[in-house]
Amino acid sequence: MKRVLALALLVLALAGATRAAEQPPVSDAAILEEGFPQTLGAFGFFSNLELQSPAHGVIPYRLNIPLWSDGAEKLRFLYLPAGVQAHGAGEGLLDLPVGAALIKTFAFEVAGQRRLIETRVLLHRASGWTALPYRWNEQQTEARLALAGARIDLATPTGAAFSYAIPNKNQCKECHALGGMVTPIGPKARNLAASWLKGLHGAGKLDAVPTVSHRIPLWEARGAAPIAQAARGYLDVNCAHCHNPAGSASNSGLDLRWQQDDPARYGVMKRPVAAGRGAGTFEFDVLPGDPAHSILTYRLASTEGGIAMPELGRAKVDPAGLDIVTRWIASMPH
Amino acid sequence: MRQASRMRILQTITAMALAIAAAAPVHARTIEVVAGPDAGSRLQEALIAAQKGDVIAIGAGRFALADGLSLDADGVTVRGAGMYETVLDFSGQKGAGEGLLVTSDDVTLRDFAVEDAHGDGIKSKGADRIVYYRLRVTWSGGPKETNGAYGLYPVESTGVLIDGAVVRGASDAGIYVGQSRDITVRHSLVTGNVAGIEIENSRNALVTGNFVTRNTGGVLVFDLPSLPVMGGGNTLIEKNLIVANDTPNFAPKGNIVASVPTGTGVMIMANDGVLIEGNTLEDNPTGQVLVVSYPRAYQDARYNPSPRNVVIGPNSFLGGGNRPELPGGAALAAAFGGALPPVIWDGIGPAAGTLAVEAGLPGVSLNLGALGAGAETAKPGPLSVPATGRRVDRAAVGAPATLETRLVR
Repeated sequence: MKRVLALALLVLALAGATRAAEQPPVSDAAILEEGFPQTLGAFGFFSNLELQSPAHGVIPYRLNIPLWSDGAEKLRFLYLPAGVQAHGAGEGLLDLPVGAALIKTFAFEVAGQRRLIETRVLLHRASGWTALPYRWNEQQTEARLALAGARIDLATPTGAAFSYAIPNKNQCKECHALGGMVTPIGPKARNLAASWLKGLHGAGKLDAVPTVSHRIPLWEARGAAPIAQAARGYLDVNCAHCHNPAGSASNSGLDLRWQQDDPARYGVMKRPVAAGRGAGTFEFDVLPGDPAHSILTYRLASTEGGIAMPELGRAKVDPAGLDIVTRWIASMPH
Repeated sequence: MRQASRMRILQTITAMALAIAAAAPVHARTIEVVAGPDAGSRLQEALIAAQKGDVIAIGAGRFALADGLSLDADGVTVRGAGMYETVLDFSGQKGAGEGLLVTSDDVTLRDFAVEDAHGDGIKSKGADRIVYYRLRVTWSGGPKETNGAYGLYPVESTGVLIDGAVVRGASDAGIYVGQSRDITVRHSLVTGNVAGIEIENSRNALVTGNFVTRNTGGVLVFDLPSLPVMGGGNTLIEKNLIVANDTPNFAPKGNIVASVPTGTGVMIMANDGVLIEGNTLEDNPTGQVLVVSYPRAYQDARYNPSPRNVVIGPNSFLGGGNRPELPGGAALAAAFGGALPPVIWDGIGPAAGTLAVEAGLPGVSLNLGALGAGAETAKPGPLSVPATGRRVDRAAVGAPATLETRLVR
């Protein structure tokens, strides 16, 4: 259903060309010029901010498996300036040219209503990608730059209170750093619907549809996917932005990318290096057949600083994610 | 020799002069952050706003921080009013894996304290030419498994100078330098940690003039498999006071330091080229110096699990070895007249090229048959190894001389 909706939105967004004259355009200057616009509105990404209706040239998308962020609902958008094409560069990240932007809004349900909490933008400038967080106001009319991040008291659908963290600008980079440079994480061809990529190509915004040999399965259809694919997809999306050879956790030697096929590298019988008490009383990241004695599951199941993984962007345990990783480790021959 | 050292001094002075000239920034600012309401976000904002050459001056007082701090701008100095005056208090920390994270080059951190961080105290990753000066990282409750892992934690960096630090209570290593090169750790007090100072998978480290006491193990030099950076070695441990490291091991079980016997003075595992001399080692009850191979199974064709070119020169040894926490340790000590001699080697592989010990210094070889052999298979006997071996390249050890200019008082 969500997928259909996303496609419909895509079609609408692309068809928006005819209505372009009626709307103020996205501010390419706000994207391209060095400096930090103080409000989300300054970019003009939305024709209606509060409703999150994308402006012309702003294209909604979804990921097959999304990053879990304390159960936040996420609205994702890609902006490409007029006349600019993305380049389909293999199974990984779409190659988005200078001038492109990625926009992600985080929302929670509060008292039965959708409440926008923050919107994070990634701007492709001549100097590289810049990541900025914006915090929504109480009136839900505008989001303001929150360079130093923020903490907000929220509750889960079951009513459990928790402290939600908007990352500061540097923390954005902690997850988005690849070889020390800020880099997008989400829009990888293997984690995008083939139909969406085709639509983008058909609209002239993508030069070629990338061929993907093994696509990350749809999260809501994970029950129908082989358990290893569902679990490895989850680990790729939730962990591999740091746990890869050029990421923030490169020194751990743990590589949780989807395309890593050496079990020792993705944790099987791998000993921790600098995990500290994150290792608990356990000796291996993944002990086949024994999730109760695997560090991976121990850290996913914790909310305590110094133990919990991911270190950023999570105050609660993701029960579905923990479940899939637990069942994957349990299913391993030993 | 005198000519050479004069030459080096000259080079150092020239380098300092150049560094001072180069470091003089055009628009350097000092950003003051004083204690008070919202100090945490004001401090983080200052760290984000900082640009090359800026000094962030943190005032005296206690700063209660709910989140980890991070710095990602090159050439910035973060300066407090003193390691007992400016205290960053992380006891109420809700997120992040460390108190302060630095990911940029040419950063100087000095004169402040980090208390009760939930994870590591101060971590710098891929941060070249970093100076840690007169910092204090402590956990208030004493040695506890729930304390953070590392106090000072530079990793994947070239050029690390740590001077005048105080670290207490880390559940892994007080000062841990990993996967790095050109390192100096000196004039620091490390106590009540599992490992006092640990140099891991790193080259060209100088560990000198430190007071290392009441840890589980004093100074560890390890090389481990399956890491992005390996081939540790060329490390000099000299003129340290390594005394009564006897705190029961409180590391979480999965960590490599959990295997360090309580009461270890210096422990060398794998590595190529370590020189230990001019130290005072006193009353380390398991043993003053342990030299061992990596004991666990590994799958890494690049890795050499054996120690090579470890040289133990003149040191001052007093007591120690009287309560060895090794399997059969009591019987072993008794067999040596009540205490093990200063040097303990696992005895794996040929002595030549592995270990050299100055003439007249007694030791014991456990004569373990092969890699991974259990200690119960030991056939202990007197140590018989060469008196001289290949010594580390002194000219190559230590942080770059240019970093010294940042220690101006």
